[in-house]
Amino acid sequence: MELFISGCILLLCSGTAAVLLGRSRAASWVATLGVWAGCGLALVPVIQTLAGRCPDPLRIAWSMPGGSLTLGLDGLSAFFCLPILLISPLAALYGCEYLAHEKKSLGSALFFCNVLIASMLLLMAARNGLLFLVVWEIMAVSSFFLVVFDDEHASVRDAGWTYLIATHIGTGGLLVFFALLGRQAGSLDFEAMGTAKLAPAMASILFVLAVVGFGSKAGFIPMHVWLPEAHPAAPSHVSALMSGVMIKTGIYGLLRALTLLGAPHATWGWALVVIGLASGLFGIILALAQNDIKRLLAYCSVENIGVITLGIGAGVLGRAWGQNGFVVLGFGGAILHVLNHAVFKSLSFFGAGAIAHATGTRDMNQLGGLFKSMRWTGLAFLVACAAICGLPPFNGFVSEFLIYLAGFGGVQAGATETVVLAILLTGGLALIGGLAAACFTKAFGVLFLGEPRSDLANGAHEAGAAMRWPMAALAVACLGIGLFAPLAVRLVAPAVQIVAGSDAGSLGKALSVPIPFLSAIAWASFSLLAMAAGLFFIRRRLPRGREEAMTGTWDCGYARPTARMQYTATSFAQPLTHLFRFILGERKLGSVLQGLFPRGARFETHTPDAAREWFFAPAFRAIDRGVAPIRRMQHGRVHGYLLYIAIVLILLLIWKAGGQS
Amino acid sequence: MDILSVLLILSCLFLLGSSRLHVAIRVVAAQGFLLGILPVVRSMPDITAGIWILSVSTIVSKGLVLPWLMRVCLRNSEIRREIEPFVGFGASLLCGTGLLALAVWVTIRMRLTQSEAPAVLMISSFFLVFVGLFIMVTRRKAITQSLAYLVLENGVYGVGVGMSLDFPFVVELGILLDVFVGVFLMGNLLFHLDLEFEHMDVDKLTELSDLSESAATAGEENA
Repeated sequence: MELFISGCILLLCSGTAAVLLGRSRAASWVATLGVWAGCGLALVPVIQTLAGRCPDPLRIAWSMPGGSLTLGLDGLSAFFCLPILLISPLAALYGCEYLAHEKKSLGSALFFCNVLIASMLLLMAARNGLLFLVVWEIMAVSSFFLVVFDDEHASVRDAGWTYLIATHIGTGGLLVFFALLGRQAGSLDFEAMGTAKLAPAMASILFVLAVVGFGSKAGFIPMHVWLPEAHPAAPSHVSALMSGVMIKTGIYGLLRALTLLGAPHATWGWALVVIGLASGLFGIILALAQNDIKRLLAYCSVENIGVITLGIGAGVLGRAWGQNGFVVLGFGGAILHVLNHAVFKSLSFFGAGAIAHATGTRDMNQLGGLFKSMRWTGLAFLVACAAICGLPPFNGFVSEFLIYLAGFGGVQAGATETVVLAILLTGGLALIGGLAAACFTKAFGVLFLGEPRSDLANGAHEAGAAMRWPMAALAVACLGIGLFAPLAVRLVAPAVQIVAGSDAGSLGKALSVPIPFLSAIAWASFSLLAMAAGLFFIRRRLPRGREEAMTGTWDCGYARPTARMQYTATSFAQPLTHLFRFILGERKLGSVLQGLFPRGARFETHTPDAAREWFFAPAFRAIDRGVAPIRRMQHGRVHGYLLYIAIVLILLLIWKAGGQS
Repeated sequence: MDILSVLLILSCLFLLGSSRLHVAIRVVAAQGFLLGILPVVRSMPDITAGIWILSVSTIVSKGLVLPWLMRVCLRNSEIRREIEPFVGFGASLLCGTGLLALAVWVTIRMRLTQSEAPAVLMISSFFLVFVGLFIMVTRRKAITQSLAYLVLENGVYGVGVGMSLDFPFVVELGILLDVFVGVFLMGNLLFHLDLEFEHMDVDKLTELSDLSESAATAGEENA
């Protein structure tokens, strides 16, 4: 544990040093070095824990009432530490170059980035409700400051506010959750909470609070509204860190809460399955309709959180029914997908960042043909897209395959309810996967293929080494987890064991079920790769000694082709967005063409977020009207404020004195 | 000691009723002297070196240095009188008697009378705190505000001396609060606050309010 803590302290110290260095170029390197060293130190106990040697928990006295500085690692938190320790150093390195041309001081961005990483690590180790909440808040606030880095734009400030409000709604739920659970258990330590006897009704209330609290961080529908605002607004390496890693703390919290609440009800599982399906479907359908690449990726995060939740729901149902197959494959798939999503989503945000950095825009309708000028980025982004769609031989396939297996197992079990669950799992995942494939064909095709749609895309250039290498490393990780899938499944075993709450023997048996399948798939993947390499080699050899000619892309026999003849991002997705128009509520603005030789015409579409437009916006307007009278207290006169203080102090004194009769 | 306490109360009533700033500063300086003598009188039979240090340092800071700083402020700003307070001087005196009653009531209710703390001292200290707050709320000039803060702080110091003569505690408290007043006055001097919050700061402070923010951002977007 000491190594873990010293890693966190190193992160904080290097962050502070970066603030002091401020504008000098050394600041980003000091902070990045601190991230690498700190994460390296923290990695040692994490690997030890995953290997089965849990470090002794550390207890330090804390003067906070109900709080104790209890820090410990177990299989679950160690596994969730892995994405943090893997992505953070790469994101920090990427950020060095990404922000290098920034005119303002980077001190605060570097500092809050390090604080965010340290707080996520501490959150995984926190074993006390109060400590957990404090670290949770530090995490939320530091990421808020990162989101509003470009605070000179009004849209970024708006996104920051949306995020701050959303995260605090979640924290409100958690506050009540820990207060209620702590009251039942008589202590805020997780150890005591885990053994508390809860009435069924109380346990269900706590479960709902946990879903609201952790779900708003993770991005469950309809609490996802902050994701598509905050991720595009933040610098790209921060988006990668937030989307890839930080929202997973919500999933971690939900799993941890499930271990504290005792034996689960079947209804909880169904609720999670429904939330997962809804998030997955709505997330990917909304992603399809987006034209801002980072917004698209943010909605895709909602979709992946949906897939993870689907797995957790299956696991919870398995626990409620006593079916080990669902438990192990559901939880196992969900937990492995956390790592996988962290890897490929960070990779795709890095890629999007490289594009935005090179061209200055995130609007896909202005880009195109980037594969010619940005080959590295293009390849990395292609790997990320394939992984997101869940295609072998990449990592996204492995975790989704585990959840599919859980579904197939359910069909064999034969009871009505398991078959219903199986249909929901397999059918839902297949639909989500198909839509994801459409979505990322659009993203990759519009961005990298065809011809540049504007001068912005014409001027694109490849990213520098500090941005390229993190992308390459993550692409290799995507492939590696996919190829060595049987090993990856063994990696999640300690985490599954804690969530499943069952003994090791039956667990081991259930975990060995997918191994033969995955080994076969791994061999197939290897041969696929070998075949691809062989074909590539032949393709290189083939034109030797023959004449080569260059021609335009999208020529198609036209005499004068222009870049505007291509599919745009909007038109490519149009058939699908038209199919789901009842969900999207797309608004079309523009004029209809008239006459044989129409003059000018314009056409634009906007896709509002339904939850934001029809639920949160009216709700907050109503609250705003309700509290308007209270705002008069905030008049800006010093004397008034002093008067408030005086009145409160004197009333307190009178109350206190009056009580002592 | 009772005489000292009563003198403190009287000085406060005087502050409430006076509009002339020079005199007010002199009264606060006198308060500083009274408070300086207080620990010596309180531990009359056996006076340790610590008590002497406390007493002398209090007289120097509260009775000499801070009033001198205030007088410099006053000279720089050409203000002689407190004009147009939110509550008039007569009414202030009336409120003062009410506050005195409140102080007596609080002291009795808290059973401070039965502890070793001398009752009259506690009453006067609470009264000092209340009057400090009251003046802060009702007067306009920045210099009066800092004067009032000093009075409030004198009250806190009085409570400290009354409750315990634990040397380091009281000294720490006194120094911390005095430093604050000092910084405040230096700020007055250096930045030439117009010595009137009302005109100088209100424009800027209201910009912090939510209500005007939306207007400001709207303006920005229009621009």
